Amino acid sequence: MDVIAITLTVITASTPLLLAATGELIAEKAGVLNLGVEGMMLIGAIAAFATAYTSGSALLGALAGALAGTMLASIFAILTLTFLANQVATGLALTIFGIGLSALIGASFVGIALEPIEKLEIIGLSQIPIVGQIFFKQDLLVYISILTIIASGYFLSRTRYGLILRAVGESHDSAHALGYSVLRVRYLAVLFGGFMCGLAGAYLSLAYTPLWAENMTAGRGWIAVALVVFGTWRASRIVLGAYLFGAITILQLHVQGWGIDIASQFMSMLPYIATIVVLVLISRDETKIRLNAPQSIGKVFTPTR
Amino acid sequence: MKFVKLLSLATIALVVVFLGPLGLSQSKAETKVGFVYVGPIGDHGWTYRHDQGRLAVQKALGGKVKTTYVESVKEGPDAERVIRQLASSGHKLIFTTSFGFMNPTIKAAKRFPRVKFEHATGYKQAANVGTYSGRFYEGRYIAGVIAGKLSKSNKIGYVASFPIPEVVRGINAFLLGARSVNPAMTISVVWVNTWYDPGKEGDAAKALIDQGADIITQHTDSPAPLQVAENRGVKGFGQASDMIHFAPKAQLSAIIDDWDNYYIERTKAVIDGTWKSQDVWQGLKDEMVKMAPYTNMPADVAALAKKTEEAIRNGSLHPFAGPIKNQSGKIVVKAGEVAEIGMLLGMNFYVDGVQGSLPK
Repeated sequence: MDVIAITLTVITASTPLLLAATGELIAEKAGVLNLGVEGMMLIGAIAAFATAYTSGSALLGALAGALAGTMLASIFAILTLTFLANQVATGLALTIFGIGLSALIGASFVGIALEPIEKLEIIGLSQIPIVGQIFFKQDLLVYISILTIIASGYFLSRTRYGLILRAVGESHDSAHALGYSVLRVRYLAVLFGGFMCGLAGAYLSLAYTPLWAENMTAGRGWIAVALVVFGTWRASRIVLGAYLFGAITILQLHVQGWGIDIASQFMSMLPYIATIVVLVLISRDETKIRLNAPQSIGKVFTPTR
Repeated sequence: MKFVKLLSLATIALVVVFLGPLGLSQSKAETKVGFVYVGPIGDHGWTYRHDQGRLAVQKALGGKVKTTYVESVKEGPDAERVIRQLASSGHKLIFTTSFGFMNPTIKAAKRFPRVKFEHATGYKQAANVGTYSGRFYEGRYIAGVIAGKLSKSNKIGYVASFPIPEVVRGINAFLLGARSVNPAMTISVVWVNTWYDPGKEGDAAKALIDQGADIITQHTDSPAPLQVAENRGVKGFGQASDMIHFAPKAQLSAIIDDWDNYYIERTKAVIDGTWKSQDVWQGLKDEMVKMAPYTNMPADVAALAKKTEEAIRNGSLHPFAGPIKNQSGKIVVKAGEVAEIGMLLGMNFYVDGVQGSLPK
């Protein structure tokens, strides 16, 4: 069945974006703009690949990828939160650093292939026609991506700690005055962001294309950053955005294969055009931005007392 | 700040102390050869093979040469800076290995008339600039013959990078090879508009397989499409280098770029002082293009592939021998003739049997 096949491919294309965007969402909601997503993903990808290859365990690989992403994020956190470096500049530097470091570590892993990560069947449910194949026969990281974005949405909007995190992102001075540790919240949020980006990288090198190649994220980290704005910092819209983006990415390839005569260059642009159009539409509606965008995003926090 | 000043002074001192002797100790007998790459040497494709060529030079000529390379150089103004840097630091021969380095190479060559330059896949020469490229289409024709024999759906999935003559020529050669054994063969092309994005290349392969292609081939730089073929249980071909490790059950063969001999020969020529500018386009015969072992296919198909390879090598078969029809059915190469070199170099049409239309 064509539809099932396409849907399955769309899921694999959307998952890394969703994982990384979830991490970035939490970091941005705490008021930290980390543009190092691409770098953290690459470090996660090579750490996951190296570990999975040497240990033979994809699960261990995924964990190593996530931890590597967290470690890179900790550098960012120390520089921007403790030493008050500019977040945008540090994030960009982190991306460039991640590209270089991952290439260096990965040099000896070029030309090696891995078995793709196993699919996790949910016994019984996976037998349901169509639905079973799509929803209950995926690899572990796909389930994790869905579960974490749901949990993140719930955490942000329904829990006390979520409220604190949002308060820190809205106005760090007020949160500080109320007695919350702005730094601790932001540190945790940035580290969680790194963890998810590392996991996104792990998905690329373990499941999506089970190999290591330099700069293999090819800009997906930037898409994840854009998706957070695209989704106006709302978990549900981010899921929608990630899957919409994945769907356009895959469908444009199918359209070409079907022989429909549209310039392929235009088709390659399509996912990005869609992002820009949505961004413009959102930006026109000021209330939407004001309601959801963290007000202290990107600002340096120096405690007044 | 005083501290910063002190730190930078210390750095300069360190650089002078450690790197100074390197420059001085370099012996006069060594000929320095530079290589400029468009991608990382770890791409396991195009750039990887050029770097293997560099290593072959180093191995064959040992103490007589010293090779240097600069990887991931952007096509454009940056390339000229890198090339000039190499030329002004004593390199006698510089290989620039991407089409987009053409104008930067020519410009740098004017500034350094005594340095020799070799530019891959370009068409502009000068007294001190030679060009070279491989006839990869010969390999693609053989791949097409194999695909024509093995395909059950009569449909080939082709993951392509950019609609330039080099790539279009490959697509056409593949189809002509396939149709030579099975006139019902067709090719579906997906343009990904990148040389290198493993994820996207893999997605394109998935889309093509979902649409019924049972043989996948690519003109992009990563092994991802072949790996997808392996995981989906269809067959495919390696690109630029032998990719059998990525697809032990799926790789039928691979078209290998082999620059080793050419690089050794040209370096020797510079050492001997016999180097002259030339334009070289070599294929199977001169072993600039090689085929990886024919695997995962019945013996008779492998035998046919070998026979085809031999026929191209000894000149009795030309992949672009007429009659060749373009998509609208017009004869572009008459029976008994072969496509002239101008048509090959500037190929801008699909032959009959390729699906869809060629992007302008």
